Amino acid sequence: MVKMYLNNVWMDSERLERLITIAQSSLLPLVKGALFYTIPLTLITFSIGLVLAILTALARLSNVKLLQIIARVYVSAIRGTPLLVQLFIIFYGLPSVGITIDPFPAAVIGFSLNVGAYASEIIRSAILSIPKGQWEAAYSLGMSYTQALKRIIFPQAARVSVPPLSNTFISLVKDTSLASVILVSEMFRKAQEIASMNYEVLLIYTEAALIYWVICFLLSILQDGIERRLNRYIVR
Amino acid sequence: MISVQGLYKSFGDLEVLKGIDLQIDKGKVVVIIGPSGSGKTTLLRCLNVLETPTKGIITIGDKTLDFSKKITKQEISAFRRLTGMVFQSYNLFPHMTALENVMEGPVTVKGETKEKARKKAEELLAKVGLADKVNLYPFQLSGGQQQRVGIARALAMEPEVMLFDEPTSALDPELVGEVLKVMKDLANEGMTMVVVTHEMRFAKEVADEVIFMDQGVIVERGSPEKIFTAPIHERTKQFLQLIQ
Repeated sequence: MVKMYLNNVWMDSERLERLITIAQSSLLPLVKGALFYTIPLTLITFSIGLVLAILTALARLSNVKLLQIIARVYVSAIRGTPLLVQLFIIFYGLPSVGITIDPFPAAVIGFSLNVGAYASEIIRSAILSIPKGQWEAAYSLGMSYTQALKRIIFPQAARVSVPPLSNTFISLVKDTSLASVILVSEMFRKAQEIASMNYEVLLIYTEAALIYWVICFLLSILQDGIERRLNRYIVR
Repeated sequence: MISVQGLYKSFGDLEVLKGIDLQIDKGKVVVIIGPSGSGKTTLLRCLNVLETPTKGIITIGDKTLDFSKKITKQEISAFRRLTGMVFQSYNLFPHMTALENVMEGPVTVKGETKEKARKKAEELLAKVGLADKVNLYPFQLSGGQQQRVGIARALAMEPEVMLFDEPTSALDPELVGEVLKVMKDLANEGMTMVVVTHEMRFAKEVADEVIFMDQGVIVERGSPEKIFTAPIHERTKQFLQLIQ
């Protein structure tokens, strides 16, 4: 049985040709899905998420009890519920209270909130890892909290947080495939559409997987570059 | 120049400073000695409000802070600019070169132009003997060199008083001299200095006055000759015996 099946699938040269044609013709739509949706969605949500993360980390570290509580509840709620459920609430749930959001902005909101919560813990621990003496040296020059943060603490915290933030970033690239369920025509949704027409499921999804891999591989090269640059003032 | 009245500081239940009164005239070099836990570092750190005193009044130059009243952050920042602080562990900014470390205060806090700040920073680094090290990062410098950058960084803000918190305690013995020399030069130029140190030779040679602290109070104060050769209090005698 197995042999027959293999013969059927692989030995037939007509079928091989068909596969190659389909692989070629699906490449462009998939890459377009990546270029127009997956990558922009990743970049936009990571930027917004990072700003949210910094604000949340600073709120957690502030002396104001109320800010601390808001930040804690936000991080706890986002980390404690599945991303898929969050996306469903935003896209399918909110319309029932009169808030209708288009697929792409809904995805941006969902993913940004998610990145913001996870990355805030990275930023917070990076800030806490900077020795107290750095704050004191900044203050002793007469700097304000904001000046010390901007000029002295953040540049050093950035170095510490690049590896874990890269993790978040790379996870995000792949998580954007979840946007397919709220109708964003990103790469994975494109792949589902193509596969539903020609039934070459293995081929199409493998092709999509390879494109994700290439994107993430390029990102890890970028990470190495950033790390090298930020490490220039550290003893090795 | 500096006046401290009724200064108290507690960390939780632990009272570290128990009523400090102190006058230091302009241009004087005052060395504070005492056993560990005596409160000498805390007193120094209160002078630039790195520690907030529980109560008391501190005056430096024409600015006064009364810690029994509410003090704004702006007042504290302005007050800190009157003093320059040199730390035991240098606390240089590791992501900046020696030159950038020295320029940072004038550019960020005083809003000076980079050209002006760079010129001044180069002069200051030359003054502490590091003219050839301006573009090196802290990790490329020895402890003694880092501490001299620390002194230059504090001087760049043109403070009225320089505070030194055990500036040579973290240094290898052979590097202590180069830092003390810079401090001596500074004293000879007439800088008002408050120095917490275990370097008794520096105290004998440079100090105008030596203050002995123990258990949160000033036990005894006087000229170096008086403190080192004819101390009055039993605790001072014991301490000097232990370290000599």
